[in-house]
Amino acid sequence: MISRSARSGRVALSTATGTAALLALSACVPNTATTAGATSIAVESTATTCVVSKSTAPSGTVEFTVTNSADKATEFYLLAADGKRIVGEVENVAPGAPRKLTVKLEPGKYFTSCKPGMNGAGVGTARFTVTSSSAGAQRTGDEKTRAQAAAAEYVSYVRDQVSRLVPATTAFLDAYRAGDDATARSLYASTRAYYERIEPVAESFGDLDPEIDLREADVAEGDTWTGWHRIEKDLWPPAAANDGRPYAALTTGERATFSAKLEKDTARLWSAVNASGYGLTADAISNGAIGLLDEVANGKITGEEEIWSHTDLSDFQANLEGARVAYEGVRTIVVAKNASLATRIDGQFDSLEKQLAAYGSLSTGFTPYDELTKSQVKSLADGVNALSEPLSRLTSVVVG
Amino acid sequence: MTAKSGLSRRGLLGLAGAGVVGAGAGFAIDRFVVPADATGSAPSTIYPFHGEHQAGVTTAAQDRLHFAAYDVSDISRAELVSLLKDWSAAAARMTAGRPVGDGAIDGQKDAPPDDTGEALDLPPAGLTITFGFGPSLFDHRFGLEDKRPAALIDLPHFPGDALIDELVGGDLCIQACSDDPQVAFHAIRTLSRIAFGRASIRWSQLGFGRTSSTTRAQVTPRNLFGFKDGTANVKAEDTARVTDHVWVPRGDSAAWMTGGSYLVSRKIRMTIETWDRTALREQERVIGRSKGEGAPLSGGSEFTEPDFAKLGHGAVAIDAGAHVRLSHPKQNDGALLLRRGYNFVDGNDDLGRLNAGLFFIAFQRDPRTQFVPIQLRLAKNDQMNEYIRHVGSGIFAVPPGAAVGGYVGQTLFG
Repeated sequence: MISRSARSGRVALSTATGTAALLALSACVPNTATTAGATSIAVESTATTCVVSKSTAPSGTVEFTVTNSADKATEFYLLAADGKRIVGEVENVAPGAPRKLTVKLEPGKYFTSCKPGMNGAGVGTARFTVTSSSAGAQRTGDEKTRAQAAAAEYVSYVRDQVSRLVPATTAFLDAYRAGDDATARSLYASTRAYYERIEPVAESFGDLDPEIDLREADVAEGDTWTGWHRIEKDLWPPAAANDGRPYAALTTGERATFSAKLEKDTARLWSAVNASGYGLTADAISNGAIGLLDEVANGKITGEEEIWSHTDLSDFQANLEGARVAYEGVRTIVVAKNASLATRIDGQFDSLEKQLAAYGSLSTGFTPYDELTKSQVKSLADGVNALSEPLSRLTSVVVG
Repeated sequence: MTAKSGLSRRGLLGLAGAGVVGAGAGFAIDRFVVPADATGSAPSTIYPFHGEHQAGVTTAAQDRLHFAAYDVSDISRAELVSLLKDWSAAAARMTAGRPVGDGAIDGQKDAPPDDTGEALDLPPAGLTITFGFGPSLFDHRFGLEDKRPAALIDLPHFPGDALIDELVGGDLCIQACSDDPQVAFHAIRTLSRIAFGRASIRWSQLGFGRTSSTTRAQVTPRNLFGFKDGTANVKAEDTARVTDHVWVPRGDSAAWMTGGSYLVSRKIRMTIETWDRTALREQERVIGRSKGEGAPLSGGSEFTEPDFAKLGHGAVAIDAGAHVRLSHPKQNDGALLLRRGYNFVDGNDDLGRLNAGLFFIAFQRDPRTQFVPIQLRLAKNDQMNEYIRHVGSGIFAVPPGAAVGGYVGQTLFG
């Protein structure tokens, strides 16, 4: 998760004025020259900081010119107020070759962040405020434009989550391979969160999800069980007996094999979402939001997903975060067409988030599922139903 | 009195716009009128949802039950009222044999259907949907502290109660009765779905086989002990008894309950394996009636009044601890109940015994003078107690019926 703590960075002295024509095109937002009436802001990304020349801008068009002064390529992100949804990004900014991000911004709170090396968590995350102005206070464009913007935003989000998943998985597996089970156990739930936030995307690649995230109960007779839950069982081995037989711990060699397989499959996921033709439609995003809540209802709320580690509520939290990001992306479309549905969904998201927060957080950990009382589980299940029912109408409004 | 035969829910939907359903003279079923076909179970039977009283009380008991008790979520009074309005609107459609909302197949393809569809090709099947309010609803959450009727008591502990917490109480209840089990299920499923975020099921019960007749035209059914049950029940035709014992009259208790009634439910597990090993003579002694015809052991036929003083073989013919004696109005200061229970079988228990029994439902004007004293006598002395165990319990105020355009509960919240 991107830290919300704002860092007081130095004010960058250089500006991008006059260099726009020389800039390479942004991967996401095409632009040719300086946009008339735009607010220009300079961003300097180093190995450890992300210095933005202004922390506020009037609503309307804003141009960020990102300069990389480190020795590896970097990325720049503009995040929504939740610190999760990606409003705009520019990738692959090579040292010495500035790139530009042009976005139309509504008034509100945002975050800026850089990602040197293009992997892992962001650095220099800072608050960024857009104030109300006469120039385009509202997101412009017709529904089609909104849908395209939502899709672009969500693809960025997916890529970002996977880019964090890759190194986090390796760190987790390094501990596991080295026999440092305590560290591996402590990294298990927080690493899986990157995956759980975008699970429907992984599922869309057919064989990937079963290789990465299959539960033992779902393994077909004769198939090899691989992925996160195979390792989960080895880290939280059944106390006495499993299926009447004592649990046989995996050998160092087997650990290495399962680890290599998970790393390879995670890399395949990275390649798939970073393929040049990869894209999503607005209805795929809204269906993703619905699908994530179905995941919660079917697996997490029953304690079936993490039967060895009992970290189901962490998965629940990640599913919920991912669903909210997907929903927020298409929300402007929903507000325009069915405002009361948006109000209902907003309210139910808020109350379920609040309800779940009573049991912990991804950074501090959640109450293990097996320590929840029956009535606590019932109450959470009620909250999931309360959100899922209006959310199930999302796609019909987005495409209708 | 019945709708045109053969009309399915899908067909009715198409006719709805023409005003065929519900309001026509052909549908003017008075719930005090015995259905002409003598059983009330013609597939096309429609009982109107709107009226002075809620349907499902004096309505000729249908063959199947799906009952559910709900806990209300952390919502506002206004949201609770909106739930009751949504429930009433959906109930009016379903009891008329129509699907809810945009139906099961006629809505947008990208949206989940409003109606779940399993009743699409089924007839109205005499569906009634009856709503009730439990004691726990009347607290500060909804500003109803002062509205709780005195008659809506917390039921006392009865000797021998073996209540399971998860099967007791509830803020709201819905009784769905139909002659088709899937139609009754569809009603509870749909109303539960409508309630998501506002109320959720606390416990629910399926019942098959009514154990009471509520009209004279109905044959007295048998419970799982194999005995006729409900011979002396209040019948819809006995309008004076119905008035005196079932409906809350004007000036009685809370004004908003005028025209309403009080529902007591008890899930009664029968230890049928033990019962089945009991000699016929003993079974009849426990009940106080013959197993064949259901005649009181004091003589006569099924509907002969029991003579509790009559002697036979040197003792009273009807045993002092016989069920029929202890539950009879004559032994209870004239207290009567309109019973509307159903047999149930919920699979089996861990010991391989059938988890079977009677889901007892009774309607009355005031539980303090009706169910409670009767049940106290039974709980203390009934010889039948050896073969039964009360595991679930509920009491609910059943408000009067909704007017067309109104909703059930309007007299309380309106």
